Amino acid sequence: MSNDFSIHVEHLTRVEGHGNIELDVKNGKIEKLQWNVVEAPRFFEAMLRGQQYNELRPITSRICGICSIGHSLASLKATEDALGIKITEQTALLRRLAIHGENMQSHILHIGYLAAPDLLGVGSVFPLIGSKHTDTVLKIVKLHRLANEMSDLICGRTIHPIRLIVGGFSAIPTEKQLLALRKRLEESRTATNDVAQVILSVADKLPDFTRETEYIALSHDDEYALYDGVINSTDTGKFQDYKNYQSITNEYFVSHSTAKYAKHNRKSYMVGALARFNLNSSQLHPKAKDIAKMFGLKPINCNPFMNTIAQLVEFVHSTEDSIHLIDKILERGLKEEKPVKVKVKAGRGVGLVEVPRGILIHDYTLNSKGYCTKANCIIPTNQNHANIQLDMEKMVPEIIDRPPKEIELTLEMLVRAYDPCISCSTHYLDVKFV
Amino acid sequence: MKQKPRVAIFDFADCEGCELEIADLEEEILSLLEIVDIVSFREVMKEHSDSYDIAIVEGSIMRPMDEKRLRDIRSKAKILVALGACATIGGVNKIRNQWMHDEVVRAVYGDAPVQRNELFNVSKTKAINEVVPVDYYIHGCPIDRDEFKHVITALALGKKPEIPRYPVCVECKKNENICQFELGAYCLGPITRAGCKAICPTHNSPCEGCRGLIKKAETECVWQVLERYNLSYEDIRRRCTMYNYGNEECQVDE
Repeated sequence: MSNDFSIHVEHLTRVEGHGNIELDVKNGKIEKLQWNVVEAPRFFEAMLRGQQYNELRPITSRICGICSIGHSLASLKATEDALGIKITEQTALLRRLAIHGENMQSHILHIGYLAAPDLLGVGSVFPLIGSKHTDTVLKIVKLHRLANEMSDLICGRTIHPIRLIVGGFSAIPTEKQLLALRKRLEESRTATNDVAQVILSVADKLPDFTRETEYIALSHDDEYALYDGVINSTDTGKFQDYKNYQSITNEYFVSHSTAKYAKHNRKSYMVGALARFNLNSSQLHPKAKDIAKMFGLKPINCNPFMNTIAQLVEFVHSTEDSIHLIDKILERGLKEEKPVKVKVKAGRGVGLVEVPRGILIHDYTLNSKGYCTKANCIIPTNQNHANIQLDMEKMVPEIIDRPPKEIELTLEMLVRAYDPCISCSTHYLDVKFV
Repeated sequence: MKQKPRVAIFDFADCEGCELEIADLEEEILSLLEIVDIVSFREVMKEHSDSYDIAIVEGSIMRPMDEKRLRDIRSKAKILVALGACATIGGVNKIRNQWMHDEVVRAVYGDAPVQRNELFNVSKTKAINEVVPVDYYIHGCPIDRDEFKHVITALALGKKPEIPRYPVCVECKKNENICQFELGAYCLGPITRAGCKAICPTHNSPCEGCRGLIKKAETECVWQVLERYNLSYEDIRRRCTMYNYGNEECQVDE
């Protein structure tokens, strides 16, 4: 048994943003075990004060490069809620397509570029090129490109979308472009299945670890919730009063982290693909359910490492539902619509969406001239920090007899499994003390 | 054959969207690897080396601890490239500079015990060139992938990369867009550096100035535009604060 050792992972790699892992073991006992978020705080909510209602979307998009479409949609929903704007059905359908594009882009990036290298025993995706996995890497690249080009088509740009504006779209794709996208989505099925097979062949490298926790995600009566829904918990069920979301998220401050932490019914909860799967798996597309079955993923699964598999399941769902949405949009007939006219008024609005890493909430108060006086954003990764910490505390004693290098890799893999987005989580304001 | 330049990519306070734009080069990143060696890129690789020729730095500088890290990177690099608006001009991170530093900290941390905590020791947002000398700039929020390839290829060949010094309007006209002012919007195209292919107006959305303001001598036309469309200087100035707060004094000069 290793008696004394320390693990200090400074600026964990292959995650978005800056986080450290610290573990000190003396005489076989854990003296310190901490997940630290050291990213510079960015004060986004403070910066929104005094901005006009139509500038909140472009500014909050810049909270995160990976989920800028999600931030944009949460922002638009909050602004439209405050101003009492009802969007058209076509806008709602196109926005759903936008969120699928982002979900696919972010998930395949995490599965292929960030998580898979651990399963294949390499430091990054680069050494895989030229190995026996070249073909798989190229398929992942192809799927990533498709998801990005889908987002470009709907939003004008994948990273920091342009066309998403208050009340609708500044421009929309043509029927011809949507049909071409539909064809590519259909053709991508083979590549997705091949990638899934490769992941399956190394799935035994995913640590067998479980810890019961609370899972929170949006749920919707008619669909696998992403763009719309009500807050739902595996512990306490549905929560209809969306404007009072703070009674669920309960953010609090810890001194070793520039990101807030959150808790609800227990000491921590988890959001993201696995939480959504655990709450809403019955509404997945049958092809997505097949993938879940292939990996033995069943609700309620309490192994955080399976979050990556839940992302793969969602990738398939988003592909299939996008095809369905394109059909629906074209059946209705694509129309050039002007964005809904805005009548500026004072009010508060809250927008909730499911983004790749979990439930995202924007909350704005506008004055009678349409300028923001108060803002709050609840970020998925913040809601996961406490859960990561508690997972580490349960996991390390279970593996403490293993070589320190292996413990280090397993801890890194655990954090990566959450696909944390640390830039997002240090946006900060309105700290609530508990 | 001459050894390939060793490139390291670093990030500070930002959304990492510009690094993601590099990852989004997809298959083209393989061609890039034929002319440079990427020796550090934390967002996508575990390997890291402190021996590099070209440092590409993304993000704004917020804390003394970050300044220290940036100076260390500068001392190791022969060439330093600022990547994206947060690094080149401070970008949206500078919006908060309009408030007193103490006020922002209080607004954010309230009574939390953060005074002696290094992690929370935040000062005014700085662009990279406010801390260390910068050799080249890749502008934008996010960057344009073609411009990134252009700059890196030039550097790999030992050439000086050229980037546009004319306003976005030039590229916007080339795309045959209807002028955003004609559509009743405030657009920063006349005073913003081109190189983005006028992507925002091309998607029917006004320019927000993310590539930084061009030199004063070339901004005379903006007065004509404001007069013609009966717009106030205050309105256009307020729009400028989204990306260029306080940047009249620290314009990029190359």
